[in-house]
Amino acid sequence: MIDNLPFLVVAITILLGLYAILLRKDLIKMIMGISLLESGVNLFLIALGYRWDSIAPIFTGAPSLAMVMPTVQALTLTSIVIGVATLALLLSMVMIIYRYYRTTDVREVTKLQG
Amino acid sequence: MDILFDNLPGLLIAIPLLGAFLTPLLSRAGDSVRNTWVLIITGLSSVCGLLVASRVLETGTIVYTFGVNTVSNIIPPDSGGIPIRIIFTIDPMNAFMLIIAAIVGFCITLYSVSSMEKLSGKDGFFTLVLLLIAGVYGMIATGDLFNFFVFLEISSLAGAALVAYRIDKGVAAEAGLKYAALSTIGGMLFLVGVGLLFAQYNSLNMAVIADRMQLTGLDIIAFVLFFTALAMKCGAVPMHFWTPDSYAMAPSAITAFLVVSSQASLYALFRVCFTLYGGQINPLTVGWVIIILGILSMFIGVTMAIPQKDVKRLMAYHAVSQTGYMLLGVGVGLAALSSTCLSQSIGIMALKGGLFHIMNHALYKGLLFLTAGVIFYRCGTRNLNQLGGLGHNMKWTMVFFMIGALAIAGIPPFNGFASKLMIYESTFLFNPLLAVIAMVVSILTLASFVKVFHSMFMGPKLPEYEDVKEAPTPMLIAMGILAILVVLFGIFPQQVVDALVAPAASALIDYQGYITAVLGGA
Amino acid sequence: MSDSMSKIIRTTADVMFMFIVVFGFYIVLHGHLTPGGGFQGGAVIATGFILLIVAHKLDDFLGWFKKKAFQNFEMSGLVLFIGTALAAIPLGYLFFRNFLCGTGGLFGQVVPYGINPGFLNTAGTIPIMNIAVGIEVLGGLSIIILYMTSGISNHEEGE
Repeated sequence: MIDNLPFLVVAITILLGLYAILLRKDLIKMIMGISLLESGVNLFLIALGYRWDSIAPIFTGAPSLAMVMPTVQALTLTSIVIGVATLALLLSMVMIIYRYYRTTDVREVTKLQG
Repeated sequence: MDILFDNLPGLLIAIPLLGAFLTPLLSRAGDSVRNTWVLIITGLSSVCGLLVASRVLETGTIVYTFGVNTVSNIIPPDSGGIPIRIIFTIDPMNAFMLIIAAIVGFCITLYSVSSMEKLSGKDGFFTLVLLLIAGVYGMIATGDLFNFFVFLEISSLAGAALVAYRIDKGVAAEAGLKYAALSTIGGMLFLVGVGLLFAQYNSLNMAVIADRMQLTGLDIIAFVLFFTALAMKCGAVPMHFWTPDSYAMAPSAITAFLVVSSQASLYALFRVCFTLYGGQINPLTVGWVIIILGILSMFIGVTMAIPQKDVKRLMAYHAVSQTGYMLLGVGVGLAALSSTCLSQSIGIMALKGGLFHIMNHALYKGLLFLTAGVIFYRCGTRNLNQLGGLGHNMKWTMVFFMIGALAIAGIPPFNGFASKLMIYESTFLFNPLLAVIAMVVSILTLASFVKVFHSMFMGPKLPEYEDVKEAPTPMLIAMGILAILVVLFGIFPQQVVDALVAPAASALIDYQGYITAVLGGA
Repeated sequence: MSDSMSKIIRTTADVMFMFIVVFGFYIVLHGHLTPGGGFQGGAVIATGFILLIVAHKLDDFLGWFKKKAFQNFEMSGLVLFIGTALAAIPLGYLFFRNFLCGTGGLFGQVVPYGINPGFLNTAGTIPIMNIAVGIEVLGGLSIIILYMTSGISNHEEGE
């Protein structure tokens, strides 16, 4: 049970993110939801990287135990960088939308329907 | 020279990236310097893409490992038998997609050099165009799931920024936001799938995962996640709502390349179904899911397209509908190949038709979007009710539009007919109802484009477009290249199929060959 | 951000700015030895600039640092990064090959065996790439915030 705790947190974070994306009516809150989703996924990747009875992959003078591949950490870093870029892009688009529409309510940002 | 040739797959990414990062610097030296630079860079990368593709078609799969001493077609010994390193795997299927991206990529840059003349902020625009091209090349060429995610995000971020480039009183920003949000959610779903696979197989390499695939419960979840994310990105029907918005609001040259970017996602979808889960998933079930998505996309896309007033929005819905054809072809291929009562040739024929349609669609839909861009460039509107009588002054544009429209409707001497015929023939043997639906959709497409053609080009000259001019020469050249290819592929379909599509189809089916090519017979 | 904040905040921000930048460069330079690296260090440095933007008037800030300077940072970082990766090809290796590793020159030392305090002059092209990414990120993140605060958004680039 205690081993699966990180994954429980991951599930909760992702579900909260999806809730915010699907049900919130404000663009900023939707973007917060996307951010939460990203955090959940990052946490998921990091949690996957943990292996019992293994050591960090530092070679000099290490005890002869199994080493953990540091791939997931690299993945998470990349994913965080991409997340920053996405967040900046999304927020600047919301800024532009707010400048022209004077609102960030999804029910009113609908000039494109039809 | 040898070094250069060995490094072609790496240069495929390196050249557009270097070009993108140097563009802001060179645009300080003036517009013409920047335009020349961008053209040289895209020209070089397209040449690179074509050279890689021709080498692959000659010599077989290329495996390019980043950061090793020498080129070797198997995994370098210092990574302990497991490809931890980043690798590019280019087999004939990838080569096929690379050719599409190379042709369309060059044409859209040539086009946008002159179509963007009036607008501001061009250095950012061209930087993003080159990033988008690099992202699509990367998506196509990579042999690594996580790398695919990275390139997917690069291309969707650049694409979203380009969709929102013409802010257009916030409307384009709205479309861009939709595209960016959707792509991010799709990317995250994909990443969860990658995580699930990594947790079980300790690798990110597609060939290694395909080799070790056990099809546990988690794998099926990962498959569903991949499928959803990629179907979302390629604009199949239940998740198609971003397509008309972003295709309509993006500058036309970008729309033409967004089509290619969607098709790169489509390629990845096929790669996941055929190679990553090759021989493990139930082909009949997945095949039928793809077929149903395809039928829905075809039908809903075309019915939504008919009432549209905005010409680019109309074409965007047609893009959804044409994506349906590709899905139908490949889905029938997947289902028929597994079936015992049908002969293998039907499945292969359907697969070839679906793949050939990808290439044809990229060409004629790119051509159509570019002609729509010319209309917008010269007349300032995309509303069909306000346009009319343009055929008197814009003869070449009219001819190009006609070629594109006839090709999309599947009229004989053009390439759309060739691939659609292959899809009809094989689908009819698989399930006649599907073929009938496909033909009906084709007729509706023709009807819709006849309407567009009539309301844009026919009729008397309208007073407000009395002295409208023909498109500038670079735009005409760009459209001309695509139009010539559309006609050529229509006249000589068998040669194209034999040279490009058939190797791609057999490479897609042969997942064992893909694994062997990467793991070196291990 | 038209108003500047109170004098206490401004002074503190001015003092903190130097430490933040130095710490950021420390993270960038030790990227191959300690947790951190180009992106993290660059983000820390960008935080320093953002602190100044928040504490002072935007016009004052633009008097000290030009937008063009940040754009140059961003561009030169990216070009340095891709240039380092590309430099392997004329040398006869493949793209992204760590050609400086173990050559004895700049960043070319071999890490000695055993517990050590960490030697900066190791790891080949990795520190160069870290520095490149650091420069790029400090320019990129600062320029994003600058564009956002000044409301100029004709076009936006993510990274």
